[in-house]
Amino acid sequence: MEELLSLAVKAIFVENLALSFFLGMCTFIAVSKKISTALGLGISVMIVQAITVPANNLILNYLLAPGALAWAGFPDVDLTFLGLISYIGVIAALVQILEMVLDKYFPPLYNALGVFLPLITVNCAILGGSLFMVERSYDFTESVTYGLSSGFGWALAITAMAGVREKLKYSDIPDGLQGLGITFISAGLMALAFMSFSGVKL
Amino acid sequence: MAHKRRDMLIDPMVDNNPITLQVLGICSALAVTSSLQVAFVMAIAVTFVTAFSSMFISMIRNQIPGSIRIIVQMVIIASLVILVDQMLKAFAFEISKTLSVFVGLIITNCIVMGRAEAFAMKNPPIDSFIDGVGNGLGYGLILMMVGVIRELFGAGSLFGITILETVNNGGWYVPNGMLLLPPSAFFIIGLIIWAFRSWKPEQVEEREYKIQTVEAH
Repeated sequence: MEELLSLAVKAIFVENLALSFFLGMCTFIAVSKKISTALGLGISVMIVQAITVPANNLILNYLLAPGALAWAGFPDVDLTFLGLISYIGVIAALVQILEMVLDKYFPPLYNALGVFLPLITVNCAILGGSLFMVERSYDFTESVTYGLSSGFGWALAITAMAGVREKLKYSDIPDGLQGLGITFISAGLMALAFMSFSGVKL
Repeated sequence: MAHKRRDMLIDPMVDNNPITLQVLGICSALAVTSSLQVAFVMAIAVTFVTAFSSMFISMIRNQIPGSIRIIVQMVIIASLVILVDQMLKAFAFEISKTLSVFVGLIITNCIVMGRAEAFAMKNPPIDSFIDGVGNGLGYGLILMMVGVIRELFGAGSLFGITILETVNNGGWYVPNGMLLLPPSAFFIIGLIIWAFRSWKPEQVEEREYKIQTVEAH
């Protein structure tokens, strides 16, 4: 239990997907103009992340890893080279399913998140989460924790960024730095602040 | 025609750079720039994938049904990325270890998808190929600029060869360790954007609010 907690804290603060690995930067920059939309996107990313990381973990352990197909009578098969294409397929399919489920059973939530859901398929944070799960060989419980907390970390970062940008638009910024430039520099300052968590040990 | 194609190659480097103007592909751009060698390999990999995915998608653009085009594009891109990944693992294992997940993340690099969607779906294969190379190089250009700054001033070397002798090795240069850490990449890209836009003022974004001068009574 303690290990899972420390994994969660690490994924949220120390190894924040957006601020220390730069994942999901395109959407991070593009959709962080208003707090409300940023929060909506953040929550959708968290949900999708919490589902796809464990799902890809199962795919890896029961279909792709060396010897994983032993249950089907192929103990010598190693399909890890198909990893990338399967993960992105799983992500695209799950996002599609989630969109349909939300549309049918939770229309208000669907209307709130609708625009962002298709965007999530190409959000690097989602694929990145699955790839980190593979690289660090998490087991199933760890991957559930990692998916949920890394998604939360991303949501936290984009919401905080939107808060900064809502104030920032009133300030007098040099012409060339206006917009994209100053956004990068403020993201850099936030990343610096998040680095101070790296001393935290649980 | 030849002139148009040359423009298509040059244009994405400065006037329509994918990173500084189209805001695409920043995702993996920043993390791999702490050393120049890695940035160089990454730039080549992205150029390769963008160019060939644009070409292949353009070849079959008239056969792809509109409703499933994203999935078809994804499959083509993912196959090319797997190819790059396997090549790196076979011939440059050390670099592929440093790049870790970022090779896989070329799949979701917005430049590749963006060019496939915006250009390759509407244009013939050769033009799409050139457009892909141009955009890959535009991305590579920024990557190399950031890489040079970070490695030269952060570790005193370029491509692993010592240029500025650091104090630890008995030289005179005190390296700025901050440049090797992730946040510095944000600052450098921000400053590069500032420089680009001061050079080409037409790229400056509109202000949402203007500061007005009130005349004194």
